[in-house]
Amino acid sequence: MSGNWLEVDLRGIGWWSPAAPDWPSAAALLQEGAAWPGEGAARPAAHVLSPNERRRAPEPVRIACEAAAQACEAAGCAPGELPSVFTSIHGDLGITDAMCAALAMDPATLSPTKFHNSVHNAPAGYWTMATGCREASTSVSAWQGSFAAGLLETLVQCRAEARATLLVSYDIANVGALGAALPESRAYAFALVVAPSGGRRASGRLRARHVTAPAPAPKAPAATSLQPLLRALATRTPACLRLPAGPGTALELELAA
Amino acid sequence: MPSRIPALAITAFTATSALGRGRAAHLEALRLERSGLRDNDFTSTPLPCAIGRVDSLEQAPLPAGWSTQDCRNNRLAWLGLQADGFLHAARSAIERHVAERVALVVGTSTASIGATEDAYARLEDGRFPSRLANPQLHTPHSPGLFLQQVFGTRGPCLTVATACSSSAKVFAKAERLIRTGVADAAIVAGVDTLCGSVLFGFNALELVAPEPCRPFDAARRGISIGEAAGFALLERDADADAPRLLGYGESCDAWHMSTPHPEGLGARRALADAFARSGREPGDVDYINLHGTATAKNDEVEAAVVAEVFPARTRASSTKGWTGHTLGAAGILEAVLTLLAMEQGLVPGTLNTTRPDPACGPQLALHNEARTIRTAFSHSFGFGGNNCILVFGSEGAR
Repeated sequence: MSGNWLEVDLRGIGWWSPAAPDWPSAAALLQEGAAWPGEGAARPAAHVLSPNERRRAPEPVRIACEAAAQACEAAGCAPGELPSVFTSIHGDLGITDAMCAALAMDPATLSPTKFHNSVHNAPAGYWTMATGCREASTSVSAWQGSFAAGLLETLVQCRAEARATLLVSYDIANVGALGAALPESRAYAFALVVAPSGGRRASGRLRARHVTAPAPAPKAPAATSLQPLLRALATRTPACLRLPAGPGTALELELAA
Repeated sequence: MPSRIPALAITAFTATSALGRGRAAHLEALRLERSGLRDNDFTSTPLPCAIGRVDSLEQAPLPAGWSTQDCRNNRLAWLGLQADGFLHAARSAIERHVAERVALVVGTSTASIGATEDAYARLEDGRFPSRLANPQLHTPHSPGLFLQQVFGTRGPCLTVATACSSSAKVFAKAERLIRTGVADAAIVAGVDTLCGSVLFGFNALELVAPEPCRPFDAARRGISIGEAAGFALLERDADADAPRLLGYGESCDAWHMSTPHPEGLGARRALADAFARSGREPGDVDYINLHGTATAKNDEVEAAVVAEVFPARTRASSTKGWTGHTLGAAGILEAVLTLLAMEQGLVPGTLNTTRPDPACGPQLALHNEARTIRTAFSHSFGFGGNNCILVFGSEGAR
């Protein structure tokens, strides 16, 4: 038993990871056979943020905004006009760690800035502020199925509202005692702009449906579940694949040129 | 502008908050104008403020099968879904539609971060104690993972976490999943519980009142934080008596992380979309359940928008003086209060408020009023400038 197929045009891709600061460099690594577009240590450019915000913004905000800006540019879309979906398994682990540590020591020392940046929709908040975007924005989470949930939500929104829609999926590496209690996580941000199918500027087509057939076992780090999709996008190869969505459920994807 | 959407039936709904368990307890408190707020007896470090606390969660562990997911937030979810026969209604909908075709969309702001705080207070050699070792307790999707097991849905399941608009947005997500044919029915939920992060976090932002909150009062001093669980079941077809979700509007302020746009541009944008999707005009709106947190800025901006957009005959109130601001659960708790108001022909007043801010228009109801409510709006505005407005109707056919 499955849900309906939802088909959209792929318009633009954005990427950031410590060793691949944009989608072309990530795609090159994947084309060379890399399992994952690299590890390293770097900060994203995040030019979309004002210099002040870029300096102060927490890591999830910087990397999500960087990938989002790339995807919009590749799609030829004005960022301020796109509804958006942000998805992340853990949100800002660094802030949760710092907040919980402060509460355990002395609750009076909790930082007001950390607190307002602790909301799961902080990257969406900074993104919409930076781009002057007043369109609908949703931040979601679905454990190991977070990417699948975000992608499905993006396709549903794109089809239901007949509008190009931005998806941003991100996480950061584990931090602190909280990080030690969670499955391994890896810093990355991946963004897609999708549009109602049949447009002139499509760089590919994507179909998806929610199915109850068994999904591939979730991998650790969870982001590596994206590998087959990233490789297919990088090599522009048609593909049928399944992403883990939840217990006993998957998102079935078909990618066509 | 979005197009008008077909209405969806709301075939079951319930809420549990400081006012009690289920619809009857909420209705009784509304009728008696009896607040659920009390002096803060939740935090071990003193914090002088009022809270909307749900009684007896400490003595109500989850049944044995779910002990690894035991935490305050899941206990409140468990308690909440027993009320008004909601679990039964949800399971019979799953039988009717089959589990694969029923979506589950949960809204929360802090999920079970209370368990994470607890683990940090009891670290053993820098590690979480074994009682709190389940990683699924320490993730935003914690309530979604728990509720999916309890209900047994196998359709799409996700947690929406957009701060205080979270469990209003679950209605919009569910409507789209049904309209695009991904699901035939959806269970929507909102669960948020008291925890140190929100009490001391809002306090650090100087947004917590030292007294029970007074929404829209000229002398208001900030919010009172509460906790709640709410549930609703959405389906395409149902008997004519079921109330309807007529539409919604979602928007962003693009202004500031924790204060609203001074001219309420985001709220106005959400209203415009809500009118377009529901096919309603300001003159059709009988009642608005306002966001009305009792912060200086929210109420000033929201009051001005309502005064300008709606006619004098529209009644409007904030119910946060009853329940406190239940954050990620506020959207669905206030949706349930709005549905009760519609069902009973009762406009709730704005509890604790005596002298309205001059920005308020004639719409603000200070005390309960008997009024036929056919069309009602519910406002939810969150941190990150994230807004959602819901439109409910008392009749299916219109």
